Amino acid sequence: MDFLIFQAPILMVQASLDGILLGILFALIAYGMALQWGVMNIINIAQGDLVILGGYIAYSMYLAGIHPGWGVIVSPIIMYFVGWGLYKLVINKVVDRDLFISILATFGIAIVFQQLMNFIFGADVVVAQSEYGTTMLFDNSVTLPNSKIFSAFISLLYAVILVIYMKKSKLGRAIRATAQNARAAKILGVDTEKVYAATFGINAALCGVAGALIAITFTLHPYVGLPYTVRSFMIVIVAGLGNLPAVALSGMGLGVFEEFADYILGTEFRIGSVFMLLVLILVYRRFKLSRKREYLK
Amino acid sequence: MNKLTKLFITFLSAITLSLASISSSFAKVEGEYIVLGSAISLTGKYSSNGVHTQNGYNMAVERINKMGGVKVGGKSYKFEIIYYDDESNPKRAAQLAERLIKQDGVHYMLGPYSSGLTKAIAPVTEKYKIPMVEANGASRSLFTKGYKYLFAVLSPANQYLEVAIDLAVEKNGGKPVKIAQAFEQDAFSQDVRLGILDAAKRTGSKIIIDDKLPKELNDMAATLAKVKATKPDVLVVSGHTKGALTAIRQISEMKVDVPMLAMTHCDAAKLSKQHGKKSEYALCASQWHKNLSYKDKFFGSGKKYDKDFKKEFGYAPPYQSAESSAALLVFKDAFERANSFDRDKVRDALKTTEMQTFYGNIKFGPGGQNTAKPMILFQVRCKGDVCENKVVAPTKWASDKFFHPIPKWSERG
Repeated sequence: MDFLIFQAPILMVQASLDGILLGILFALIAYGMALQWGVMNIINIAQGDLVILGGYIAYSMYLAGIHPGWGVIVSPIIMYFVGWGLYKLVINKVVDRDLFISILATFGIAIVFQQLMNFIFGADVVVAQSEYGTTMLFDNSVTLPNSKIFSAFISLLYAVILVIYMKKSKLGRAIRATAQNARAAKILGVDTEKVYAATFGINAALCGVAGALIAITFTLHPYVGLPYTVRSFMIVIVAGLGNLPAVALSGMGLGVFEEFADYILGTEFRIGSVFMLLVLILVYRRFKLSRKREYLK
Repeated sequence: MNKLTKLFITFLSAITLSLASISSSFAKVEGEYIVLGSAISLTGKYSSNGVHTQNGYNMAVERINKMGGVKVGGKSYKFEIIYYDDESNPKRAAQLAERLIKQDGVHYMLGPYSSGLTKAIAPVTEKYKIPMVEANGASRSLFTKGYKYLFAVLSPANQYLEVAIDLAVEKNGGKPVKIAQAFEQDAFSQDVRLGILDAAKRTGSKIIIDDKLPKELNDMAATLAKVKATKPDVLVVSGHTKGALTAIRQISEMKVDVPMLAMTHCDAAKLSKQHGKKSEYALCASQWHKNLSYKDKFFGSGKKYDKDFKKEFGYAPPYQSAESSAALLVFKDAFERANSFDRDKVRDALKTTEMQTFYGNIKFGPGGQNTAKPMILFQVRCKGDVCENKVVAPTKWASDKFFHPIPKWSERG
């Protein structure tokens, strides 16, 4: 146990801000996952690998001498088509099957993507330099990398754009209708095949944005996708499907929780404590559900 | 069946046949060839270092064969290596070791890349009593299991950063220092940590932060915030290339001022290239550097090796290649001293190895680790925008003076 955080309370500010900034970025990935989970009932194991691929697009731009910050625009455009192609190639064959089949299929996609990225970009860990500098608060005792602030801001921006798009546009309405009841939507003339392809594309595009942000805030490696999948999965589990504010809140909440766990329990319990929390939430949910069931009886 | 399919099938069976005949003809010594086996990571997450290892092996094989080969019983033999791709997967590596030994009849093995894979293979070679000279498994636990057929040309992991703590104490006027450390939770990094614990005990230094980073962690912000709050004299980080890159990125972004920063894997991470000036003053542990003054008759000096390697493979040799080349020199020396292909005689000869190679002196301790070669430390120094690794310790080979303390971020351009 380490009580440094209580001796130096300013660390709490640092921990909270770090957690929130990190959480928003993860929430963006989780939102993509929630969207296609809700619409297509597919748990995408390759989510993290799509993120890393998006990151490599930004990294390639950096290598070509373009500022990697522009990756947040270029990467989602390319990734949309990657996602769309992936749907036409593989996902459309598993979309109305058992959940287990789709998990297997996306797991396979994850492996293929990892090896492809390894083949193209090599197995070295790489970073893209944004040179955004640092924001100092409270007489230099709290430091926030501007790249993290930029990441959080862009994530929020994309989330807002997406919410408006889903509410106002024709495709957005079709996606929401399909999520509610695919058969009814089909009867009423919605081309669900097109909706599915678009949904998977939008998810991949969101991953592309997140990947570009990760390239400038963290590091890239062909095999680090899985932690991002697991993290977004947890956020979705906590938040539930189809509820963007909840996803954002749960992302930030988990981020802050993790940072505090690091200070209080130690770094080695950081990820473990998040899993503990997940178990507690699931148990609580079950408990609540069973009470509701009793009431119905 | 159309013509094309027929042709294809003929072609396929021809390949299968020729492969089959090749594999059955392989044995420990075939004609004028001594056959060595190695499982190596050509794909998967270790593939870049796996290729460095393979290039090091190949370079040495070519050089030794060209310069007269290995003389045993008055006859000259050449080296040949059978490689299999272990996909960076320990289970696969162990399977391939079995296959090399049982199917291909290999009697002498070269190590794979990384401590983890060496750990997976060592029990297999031990079981079949196959001598293995390895060059890329530094974990201390490899040398405490009582393996009799395992020999490592490199210094064990716990020695990586011990020197750095001694250096910090020296700079502190011989007084104990405050140490902050963050290590990834894997065999190698934890061994480096044990070395630091020993050094701290020896010098009476105090460890004020001791973080164990999860493997999947990309973010050290919490650890660094603690470092900022507690102001240690030295910060030690080890977490492979990802750890090194993450540390420099976040130290520079969070403006963490610490007088001394010691790390591992700086050259594998191409730190000075990827992070440029931000990585300046970082102190890094390394097995080898081209400027060391060791010599042998095959590669000449480190500088010569560097030049020849660049010519052959088009990039500067990382220490992973140099140590791999050294492994072949050790094998050659042992075969000639044993003057026999008997596995146990070769093993006994390996045990009494005492030689100098361009890579360093080699003498094996009771556990199989190399006890004759010290680790070196280099520091990243920049001139303008170009950053380079300069050897600063031990003083015998130091090309530059160790710069201490690291200037504050507010004073750095």
